[in-house]
Amino acid sequence: MSSAALPYTVEPHPLTGVYSGKLGTWLFLASEVMLFGALFSSYVLLRVGAGDAWPSGEATHLSVPIGTFNTLVLIVSSVTMVMAWASLKMGNLAKGRMFLALTIALALVFIVVKLLLEYIPKFRGHHLPSTNTFYALYFTMTGLHALHIIGGIVVIGYFLFPGAALWRTDPEYYTNRIECTGLYWHFVDLVWIFLFPVLYLT
Amino acid sequence: MRVRSIGLWALAMTPVVFLATSPVAWAQTSTAAPITAKIDGKYGYWLPPDLSQHGSQIDNLITILHWFMAALFVGWAIFLVRCLIRYRARPGHAACYDLIKARPAKAVEVAVVIVEIVLLAGFSIPAWAKVKNDLPTEADTIRVRVVAEQFAWNFHYPGKDGIFGRTGPQHVNPATNAVGIDLSDEHAGDDVQTKEFHVPSDKPVICEISSKDVIHSFSIPVLRVKQDAIPGMRIPVWFRMKPGSEGNYEVACAQLCGNNHYNMKALMVIETPEKFAAWLTKAGEKEIFED
Amino acid sequence: MAAHDHHTHDGHQTHGHGHPELGFWRKYVFSTDHKIIGVQYAITSLTFLFFGFCLVMLMRWQLAFPGKPVPLIGGLFGETMMPGGVMLPEFYNSLGAMHGTIMVFLGVVPLLVGAFGNYVMPLQIGAPDMAFPKLNMMSYWVYFVGGIVMLTGFFVPGGAANSGWTSYAPLSVVSQVSRNMWFTGQTIWLLGMVFLITSSLLGSVNFIVTIIQLRAKGLEFFRLPFFVWAQFVTAFLLLLAFPPLEAAAVLQLMDRVAGTSFFMPTGLVVSGQQGHWTGGGSPLLWQHLFWFLAHPEVYVLILPGMGIVSEVIANNTRKPLWGYRVLVYSLVFLGFMSFIVWAHHMFMTGMGTRMAAFFATTTMIISVPSVVILTALLLSLHGSCIRFNVPMLFALAFLPMFAIGGLTGLPLGLPAPDIHLHDTYYVIGHFHYVVVPGSIFAIFAGIYHWYPKVTGRKLNEFLGKLHFWGSVVGANLVFMPMFFVGMAGVSRRLYDQTVYQHGANVQTLTQISSFAAWFFGLSQIPFIINFFASIRAGKKVSDNPWEATTLEWATPTPPPHGNFPVIPVVYRGPYEYSVPGASRDYVPQNVTA
Repeated sequence: MSSAALPYTVEPHPLTGVYSGKLGTWLFLASEVMLFGALFSSYVLLRVGAGDAWPSGEATHLSVPIGTFNTLVLIVSSVTMVMAWASLKMGNLAKGRMFLALTIALALVFIVVKLLLEYIPKFRGHHLPSTNTFYALYFTMTGLHALHIIGGIVVIGYFLFPGAALWRTDPEYYTNRIECTGLYWHFVDLVWIFLFPVLYLT
Repeated sequence: MRVRSIGLWALAMTPVVFLATSPVAWAQTSTAAPITAKIDGKYGYWLPPDLSQHGSQIDNLITILHWFMAALFVGWAIFLVRCLIRYRARPGHAACYDLIKARPAKAVEVAVVIVEIVLLAGFSIPAWAKVKNDLPTEADTIRVRVVAEQFAWNFHYPGKDGIFGRTGPQHVNPATNAVGIDLSDEHAGDDVQTKEFHVPSDKPVICEISSKDVIHSFSIPVLRVKQDAIPGMRIPVWFRMKPGSEGNYEVACAQLCGNNHYNMKALMVIETPEKFAAWLTKAGEKEIFED
Repeated sequence: MAAHDHHTHDGHQTHGHGHPELGFWRKYVFSTDHKIIGVQYAITSLTFLFFGFCLVMLMRWQLAFPGKPVPLIGGLFGETMMPGGVMLPEFYNSLGAMHGTIMVFLGVVPLLVGAFGNYVMPLQIGAPDMAFPKLNMMSYWVYFVGGIVMLTGFFVPGGAANSGWTSYAPLSVVSQVSRNMWFTGQTIWLLGMVFLITSSLLGSVNFIVTIIQLRAKGLEFFRLPFFVWAQFVTAFLLLLAFPPLEAAAVLQLMDRVAGTSFFMPTGLVVSGQQGHWTGGGSPLLWQHLFWFLAHPEVYVLILPGMGIVSEVIANNTRKPLWGYRVLVYSLVFLGFMSFIVWAHHMFMTGMGTRMAAFFATTTMIISVPSVVILTALLLSLHGSCIRFNVPMLFALAFLPMFAIGGLTGLPLGLPAPDIHLHDTYYVIGHFHYVVVPGSIFAIFAGIYHWYPKVTGRKLNEFLGKLHFWGSVVGANLVFMPMFFVGMAGVSRRLYDQTVYQHGANVQTLTQISSFAAWFFGLSQIPFIINFFASIRAGKKVSDNPWEATTLEWATPTPPPHGNFPVIPVVYRGPYEYSVPGASRDYVPQNVTA
């Protein structure tokens, strides 16, 4: 079933003003809001319910400098993602691919920093998810977020290498897919913008 | 295809491997005391007998609701059957394209909404508020802590001083101290814990419901009492029996709590205040529990 | 899992796109054609539905004759779970939990949405396929894998999950303890749920985008068949309500395998031992997250069924549905309200007056659109010309049965009567009335109605009527006694209700339910025979045997790849039956004057 047989894969629909892939991506992101929203709500419910018994101080230590660094890394990766889409929109595949590669590199920096400078030292210091509810929430929420980053790396990697063949046959369709990936990427960045203050700064 | 068959083979082999290596503790022991007493009350095909003083509010609401439901259903059913007969396809009969105005149906809809509002605001919310908020304050109120566990009900009475001794999970001894009373506490000396639930008739009773392990539900059908027993929470529920309601009844568990959920019952003995006091004293003398 | 009726596609495939002929595997197994995927969903979910029903037929023996060995087949289940042919309470609880899970997540929803939605909806909107055909295929296979994962629970030590389909913590966290927690029934249940929820999410995105973007020219929203509206709203419910349960499943998984305390309060003592959890968690958190999904989920169970019943009623009354716009507004309002009633499942958790009043109010409010939809469907019969074929019989039976199910929700939705009725058989009677003679009758109506479009043959009427009467009588005899058993105070999920005096007194009613359940099972045999035999031996019919107006009947039978040789243009509403002055008693949507 080629994409050409289905309408509105590239041209926008008169009612919605978007092509189908974009509408689908926004809907998917709505469900992701509910997913992370459920976790944030769980955090609120558990913290309010615990009252004074909520762990604090050394039992909840997270490095703010590392978190800030990672936040900046992700924000820059969102910028490179937009640059990739903009380059493709202007017909420049090479530049687009360069920016996609940069995005992946920055994402990998995020993951490596998280793993080597946060998770592994914590596990070594016996700060595990089972240690207290704060760590349980910290590891689960950032872990799920990290899985989303890795998913994004896989998708961008696909479009950087094997998927780039689509540029030759249907450049507009390829650019649209990068746009949708970008939407997803900005969302994942946005989730981190919420995670960082809630977990690191409170 | 190959991947799938390898995967299926691996799945099939897994139980073999793990049956050999994993001890499984899914057979939990029952600690429910066997009940040999004869249970009182005539139980039929509708509501059980109501021995409580607040139960009539619930029962009346249930009755009114069901008459309302029956009226709606009969009305709809009559309309349905009438249409099925009157408008069945037959030679010479055709459907009419125009839609009827259906003013009676709209009136019924409005009436339904009004009845629901009345039942909710006028009956259900007041009854609920009474059950939840109007905890009795009389001096002779019996206080009991009900501690549920897999698979028995424990009843902790505060004794003559009226103050519950401190409890903690570290003091739990399944055989002798299921509730986990801390003997070092000065108020614990006169506490009584039993597996039988004794209450005096015509006296207010406040039960503080909690659980040691999983969610159970403290259910006494003849008193129209039901309250989930949630570990980590202590939830009060109150009731007062009618005078003359002495007899043996059953406490049931109304929330799936494991393998012996069905057998998690306790004997509830409603007795005269004098008999209750005598029982409490005797039970207190017998209590020797250890950490 | 190949489509069983692949023979209907022989020689009917038209390939107007210039791509090469696909091999067997790409055409029938890993197909991206919504019709093949719809048939795949149908076969898989009907199989799961049957399996889930077998589980309860087994349970009903224990309920009717507690402690007695199951005759004939009692020895088949092994000495671990059924020593001497008598099922253990842990096995009974597994059967119960898996019955609920399989029926809801592997049976009814994949059938209503995955099978009917996938097959019929693109045809009814005049689209060549779904918006994302590859995603559609992925949805099916992820569902399939999820189903297999769920079934493997039966083969691990300790058996399948046994903490109810609701999996309340802490029970679901502390039960089925093993050295390797990953290979326990409850953990497998959680993993299976992750697959099923993912499948659902992918599917719902597809449905919404397809309905918005791929409608044929002239098919405005208020010209859509009500079935499509129902699928549209249902897709939103699935999209937005499922993620919290996915989050909750991950949290419970962590509690089981990583020792976290999301749902584990401090100070637990399980079987005399202090628990190894550090505590600080909340059992109520699980309930809130679970019911936030599970309440919209029950509307997912009924809305597509209402859609099917509406199509069948409009077609067999030969007149437009009464109050099309009212129906649509009620549907949308119902969908929205379904997100704010969830805690009416939690009235007994120690809820205060304010919260109980809020949720009781929203629950009463949500009953209004349900009543409106039921009334509109009833009013659609007025002034009509009713054809009593088998799909119509099921659609008509749906109406009073759904009424009973809905009405019995009232005493449960008000907190005060719920004190007596919560977690009793009254609840089981209530929701089974809505799902069995409700949703499942709608499913049967849909199968009899659309079978001719998929296969080119009609199902046999006599066997159909046998199936219908047996099912109607059987379903009522199973579930009506449950209201009385519940009113008498008997709790649900009891391995043996005769342990209690009030339970022993109504044991006769329970036995009636059991016999009726087996009778209901027997009544499905004519249907199963009919379903398979009619593929080859059913009466051959034209492209539009029911003389229907909606677009799916304007295609060849079975519809070819791409569905419409010429993409249709829509000129009128979906139910133009008995139009004054028309030459026939129906005018299809794509006909001009």
